Amino acid sequence: MKKTFVFAFRRSLPILISFFPVGLAYGLLMQNAGYNFLWTGACSLFVLAGSLQFLMVSFFAEGTPLATVAVMSLLLNSRHVFYGLSFVEKFRSFGTWRWFLIYSLCDENYSLHCAYRPEEGVIEKWAYVLTAALVTFYWLVLSMLGTLIGNLITFDTTGIDFALTALFVVILLDQLRDAGTKLPAGIALLSSGVCILLFGAANFILPSLLLTVAALTVLRPRLEPKLAETEVA
Amino acid sequence: MALSTGESILIIAVCAACTFAERVLPFAVFGSRPVPPAIRYLGKILPLAVMATLVIYCLRGISFAAAATFVPELISVAVVVALHLWKRSTFLSIVGGTACYMLLVQLVF
Repeated sequence: MKKTFVFAFRRSLPILISFFPVGLAYGLLMQNAGYNFLWTGACSLFVLAGSLQFLMVSFFAEGTPLATVAVMSLLLNSRHVFYGLSFVEKFRSFGTWRWFLIYSLCDENYSLHCAYRPEEGVIEKWAYVLTAALVTFYWLVLSMLGTLIGNLITFDTTGIDFALTALFVVILLDQLRDAGTKLPAGIALLSSGVCILLFGAANFILPSLLLTVAALTVLRPRLEPKLAETEVA
Repeated sequence: MALSTGESILIIAVCAACTFAERVLPFAVFGSRPVPPAIRYLGKILPLAVMATLVIYCLRGISFAAAATFVPELISVAVVVALHLWKRSTFLSIVGGTACYMLLVQLVF
């Protein structure tokens, strides 16, 4: 179990680095909007979705109608619908803990779950649960700290949020090395490019994912055998 | 606080419910029965595509209108790729790329 914890902690470190500025900045925004650290904690604990939580600050400021709040939350986080597809059977085998893993399935946890590779002495179920728990804990604590003492930080952290981009790049590189085919990544890049041109950089992700799913489904006869090769390897 | 406590709680409740609903949807649909082969295939192959989409999502703020709004990103991504191909240490690649980005945006651009 100790080994599993060390494993989960090591893997969660890049997230801790990237949450540092983002969580503090978010907490500070909440403080400026007149909310204390308990409110920040409630948002982080119940919602656990960085980009939506930033948007919620403007909901609080403007008193946005609840129907609009619902539509905007659903649109902003629509990519999360696709995340669960990869873990339906895996999480089912984890029993009651699957509810925690589903609740905490944000971008960061999704990418760490995707990058999971078995390691000697590491218990798979607890590796998933502990990783997700650490990521949730970092976000909760750092966002609350931002509300409490965010205005005391004078060290210039501009750009430290690049750590999350770097993590995604690293996971992508590992996947490209290990996977039997690089085509899915190519399709995703192409589809992102097309959708940015069509819908703009702010709205590209949902149409791009739908287009990617459509393309991957059409190419299934070609891609599925290559996927099988990956599993054997 | 512009809103009352009750109104604020309602906003949190709606956002929490919508976020959870989207995360739980695949499990609600396929959770207790055999997963259809087409969905199992998508589940396996999507991570290989979504990670590329997430990289673009992180970089969506770049603009080619001025050097300062795309050169630091491109150089730093290149540094991450180079470090990772060279040493294949996740931690080194991330810390190196992030340090490079911070130096570029704070001191150079």
